[in-house]
Amino acid sequence: MKYLDEYRDPAKVKSLLREIEAAVTKNWVIMEICGGQTHAFLHHGLDAMLPPQIELVHGPGCPVCVTPLEQIDRAIAIASQPGVIFTSYGDMLRVPGSMKDLFAVRAQGGDIRVVYSPLEAVQIAEANPEKQVVFFAIGFETTAPANAMAVLQAKHKNIKNFSVLVSHVRVPPAMEAILASTSNRVQAFLAAGHVCAVMGFHEYPPIAEKYRVPIVVTGFEPVDLLNGLLAAVRQLESGRASAENQYQRAVRLEGNGSAQRALRSVFVPMDRKWRGIGVIPQSGWGLSPDFQGFDAEKRFDVENIFTQESTLCIAGEILQGLKKPFQCAAFGKACKPGAPLGAPMVSSEGACAAYYKYHRDVIYG
Amino acid sequence: MDELNFEGYTCPVPIRPTDTVMLGHGSGGSLSRDLRDQLFLPELGKAAPRLLDDSAVLTIEGQRFALTTDSHVVSPLFFPGGDIGRLAICGTVNDLAMVGALPAALTCGFVIEEGLSFDLLQRVVASIKNAAQEAGVYIAAGDTKVVQKGGADQLFINTSGMGRIPEGVNISGVNAKAGDVIIVSGTIGDHGIAVLSAREDLGFETKLESDVAPLNHLVQAMIGAGDVHVLRDPTRGGLATSLVEISEQSNVTIEVNEQALPVKPAVKAACEMLGFDPLYIANEGKLVAFVKESDAAKILGMMKKTKYGEDAVLIGKVIGSGKPQVRLKTAIGGTRLVDMLPGEMLPRIC
Repeated sequence: MKYLDEYRDPAKVKSLLREIEAAVTKNWVIMEICGGQTHAFLHHGLDAMLPPQIELVHGPGCPVCVTPLEQIDRAIAIASQPGVIFTSYGDMLRVPGSMKDLFAVRAQGGDIRVVYSPLEAVQIAEANPEKQVVFFAIGFETTAPANAMAVLQAKHKNIKNFSVLVSHVRVPPAMEAILASTSNRVQAFLAAGHVCAVMGFHEYPPIAEKYRVPIVVTGFEPVDLLNGLLAAVRQLESGRASAENQYQRAVRLEGNGSAQRALRSVFVPMDRKWRGIGVIPQSGWGLSPDFQGFDAEKRFDVENIFTQESTLCIAGEILQGLKKPFQCAAFGKACKPGAPLGAPMVSSEGACAAYYKYHRDVIYG
Repeated sequence: MDELNFEGYTCPVPIRPTDTVMLGHGSGGSLSRDLRDQLFLPELGKAAPRLLDDSAVLTIEGQRFALTTDSHVVSPLFFPGGDIGRLAICGTVNDLAMVGALPAALTCGFVIEEGLSFDLLQRVVASIKNAAQEAGVYIAAGDTKVVQKGGADQLFINTSGMGRIPEGVNISGVNAKAGDVIIVSGTIGDHGIAVLSAREDLGFETKLESDVAPLNHLVQAMIGAGDVHVLRDPTRGGLATSLVEISEQSNVTIEVNEQALPVKPAVKAACEMLGFDPLYIANEGKLVAFVKESDAAKILGMMKKTKYGEDAVLIGKVIGSGKPQVRLKTAIGGTRLVDMLPGEMLPRIC
């Protein structure tokens, strides 16, 4: 299949691995930001083919993983109300709230529907004027523009029974939070290619310079990932630290202008809580003052649901690359994909789920 | 920015097991297995879970018979390449065939929601007739129940079947041995993606058709050609789930070669788009076979001469025993594990 096969070519993979082996002389800790990249490394068995000097740590770029617990509880509270059709991307349904997940709400009669696009949620609202239709707008800059379009469309069509429960997050503030932490181990980043396709990468040169850390915009196929790693290793070995684009077929410096315009016309940056990490200043998107009428939190009066995270799983340390999933005592025992303790075990992009799925043998022999 | 203190930030309290049945319990993955092993088998079962195959094998006065049952729920009732009627016949015929039985007779139970059109029901029955003729089985008994509007989704069909197992045939998930060669009878994932594409809300179109087909004639051809140890039709949960089950039943390590897996471009494209893995997509007219290494070429050659086996290929081997595990040699030369589906298969976010 075009645009896939040439980036999964075994010969190209082999030659890139040789180039990385030739370039690396010291030990380096490199974080891939995006859960999709984590998943791809493990899905293709690529992590185990890398030279031993390279330690991959897995970043917080999994939208399901970082959506805060109280936002899940708010979603559950809304979805449980009669007269509500609650719409969501599929993998949010299994994320545990403090008492249950959205699957359980559905099993108890809640009208919860998986949609592939937020515009479907708007259509559902149009088709069911007697119901309140809520879309769970989560994710990074990748999903935010489409979700903004849904709100714009609802406003344009004057659809009154549509609202969004927003939990959007931004990548650059999370990178800065990781780098500014005293416990940081990350020496270079593979930046998330899809986020950069929307936002460009003009936000990265100042971060690369300030923290002396190479940032390489990287795609999601094996050849992309290795090109990203090779560029990062070359920068690290030569003492350089700049923002570099290895995903040129999808990413331009300035990004996608119309997507950004949609995003900024509906959302404004605000402080956001990240599950397992805490509040990061200006790290999220919220509805701008003009669009407050679409805010499901206000419409359903769930703003005052606050939930304390407990201390049973180490997701925070995993999401910052401080620990590997198998360093958690609960991993594979109390915590499995079918009965997850924490979000990283839930999502297909979560680091714990990826390790459980593809690499249990490393842990159990 | 203020220094963020990451110490002590953690994830949520554990979610408790649900006290209700969820859709995921019907997905054919590990939730389904939990339901079977923890609720049904302790009360109703006789055999150990690892001995369970697609059909039960009963010995009556020295003659072995296979017995199985399967309920069919599919939406929409008619999908590209098939319908609930053909599915109901093929599903049960194939379960019988997977223990090497010669399917003889089926029963057919209909649960109908009031309001279903006679025309639609007539078309389903015609399809049942055609599929039964193709498989060479007859419908020996039937039952009809009608429930009020909303009590069922249009039409559910249960079929049960029995067949005789010929002398000398011994096919079971416990029989995989180190050295066995693994064959899959054709492209994987066709049924699941065809049904998915037929749902209006998905917004993608494909010419792909379901592979729903009776495999009993194919199985008899294989048995005639060589020593077949294990057969399974990878329906819900896909090929991955079948392989994991067999590795556990036989306590063997399986290695599958990703590049050898036959996947149609349309299935591959749909999976890439939705974030699915073809290994977990349902099939209704495919089988996976573990055969004696020295007989593999002969069996494969025979399969390729049949209607439903012409795309058959070798996909892997049993590389050892004592450790139940399925490994995948990835196309780029890496290795990873293959696991069962935990619950429902969910499209990813981005």
